[in-house]
Amino acid sequence: MSPPAGESPHWPAVGRTPRFRSPLLHAGIILGLIVIHFILPEYHNGNLARIMVLAVYAMGYNILFGYTGLLSLGHALFFAAGMYGLGLPMHLLGATPAPAFLGGLATALVVSAVIGFLALRTSGVAFMIVTLMFAQAGFLTVLLFGEYTRGDEGFVIQQAARQVAGIDLTDPSNRYFAALTLFGVCLLLIAWLVQTPFGRCLVAIRENEERARLLGYDVLAHKLGAVIISGTMSGAAGAAYALLFGYAGATFASVQYSILPLLWVLLGGAGTTIGPFIGTVFMFYLIDLASGVTSAYMLIAGLALVLLTIFAPQGLAGELRRRLMSWLP
Amino acid sequence: MDFGPHLILATLEGAITAAVISLTAVGLSIVFGIMRIVNVAHGEFFMLGAIIAWWVATAVGGHPAVGFVVAILVAPATVGVIAAATDWLVLRRITYDPERTIVATIGLLYIIQQATLMTFGPDARPVEPPFNRRLAIPWVEFGDGGLSLVWPWGLGTTSYKLAVIVAAVVILTALWLVMKRTRLGLIMRATQLDSEMAMAFGIPVTRVYAVVFGLGAGLAALGAVLIVPVQQAHYLMGGDPLLLSFIAVIIGGLGSLPGTLVAAVLIGLSDGIISVFFSPTLAKILATLLVAFVLVFRPEGLFGRRKT
Repeated sequence: MSPPAGESPHWPAVGRTPRFRSPLLHAGIILGLIVIHFILPEYHNGNLARIMVLAVYAMGYNILFGYTGLLSLGHALFFAAGMYGLGLPMHLLGATPAPAFLGGLATALVVSAVIGFLALRTSGVAFMIVTLMFAQAGFLTVLLFGEYTRGDEGFVIQQAARQVAGIDLTDPSNRYFAALTLFGVCLLLIAWLVQTPFGRCLVAIRENEERARLLGYDVLAHKLGAVIISGTMSGAAGAAYALLFGYAGATFASVQYSILPLLWVLLGGAGTTIGPFIGTVFMFYLIDLASGVTSAYMLIAGLALVLLTIFAPQGLAGELRRRLMSWLP
Repeated sequence: MDFGPHLILATLEGAITAAVISLTAVGLSIVFGIMRIVNVAHGEFFMLGAIIAWWVATAVGGHPAVGFVVAILVAPATVGVIAAATDWLVLRRITYDPERTIVATIGLLYIIQQATLMTFGPDARPVEPPFNRRLAIPWVEFGDGGLSLVWPWGLGTTSYKLAVIVAAVVILTALWLVMKRTRLGLIMRATQLDSEMAMAFGIPVTRVYAVVFGLGAGLAALGAVLIVPVQQAHYLMGGDPLLLSFIAVIIGGLGSLPGTLVAAVLIGLSDGIISVFFSPTLAKILATLLVAFVLVFRPEGLFGRRKT
């Protein structure tokens, strides 16, 4: 809780207060990502575009897990809802990207509202299992309608269809900036959201649900809001992934894709704005390097999970906040 | 083909699934009941049991029965020791925090699965059953001379499959006796009721936890050794048993052994029957949704009692 600036004569100088540091940090990250595009070779640019889209997924997950303290094991359902919400109309009906993207967002919004309404009746371990089961049912549904979704094999969205206002999204540079736009919008959105009374109430629920209720907050409504925002952002990532990389498949609805954002967020630091991005970058390159050595690259992911739960439950950004930068949002 | 003989066949196949799922689910239920944690890597302990059984049976050679007998003794014990070691190395360090345990056991799941992929390889490999006499299923039919027994063509089971069912019943009875009649069972039940009070009475709770975790994993491995002559050993075989045992534990009421058992038998039978007559994918969707809705609307399970 920071008092409003200007009231206290002892308030530290501009640039050292959280109010100014936080926008500086986020603007700095976005600027850095613009600059780095012109320095890095093409291979890493392609990787970074993918990482930014996946980081949006991780940030969406972080709203629920990091800020509200609800551990979902079924976010692949929301990612896939966005992916197929965009992909199926484009693939089957020949929809154009802009309305299809809105379709993806709307699908994720509806799915997360329904799942949130049902799953929030439970808590703790039951909440994890319920979300896991709903996501599993969603994954199997994608397989069941293999006639339209082409199941595991998936379908490709043709290059000709991936044009927005004359911009060719298959061009690596355009793709990079499209990914960066989405990433930047979501990063700033979250940085703003966690400062609002709504965001602060989510943290209060995470820290002590009973106390938040006692203080008169409508805990259930706040949790439902968190599920919907989190699910819709995950869906936006799914839709963007299908649009930018031209592919939708059942793998993205599988359990593995529910576990991955958890891993990224845990690694980067739950409940921090920059943690999900750090975690995604770290994990992506770890697996990228590991898959050059062995086909069993998920072994690395497993080891990372076990070691993290034992040694750094706060994640990289969490450790950073604990040791050096206590102001980290 | 007639409906009747097929129904019998489906029921038999279902009974075998039920036998294996009961063992796995009871293992999961013991761990949940006593330690209050969800072991997501339970299916991988099942898989390890089958893989070790294949290794042992191949190494022993000779008559299939010799290899199998050695495997059924060695595999569950090895898996039990591995599980107890993980409990000691990992779970004890995170103080059995429910949420962190789930994350850690997910990590464990990937480690075991991928380590098996690296050593055992991606192929499915069979273990020969110790005995395997083919038995035709008889069926009663109205013939010219009244009632008569017929053996419909092609429908049959094997003596080994029937033995799996018997073995599961024997093992579960033995487990029940251990829990109710021995000192070890008493200690485990005391820890389940109130671990702090048990500790105050001098029960080494951390050691009990390691034993329980090993026992739960060992039961899963035992189920796997029994099923591996029917269904080959493969590094991804842990997924289905995990899902089905989860369903059994949840429907039966978290932590309640008799409830879990009843649910496992019901699920095994219905899984066998549904997948003979309907699409297996649809059957799985219905099963997962059922679990989700049971948890949403009756968190204490269908057979569980609401705790105060």
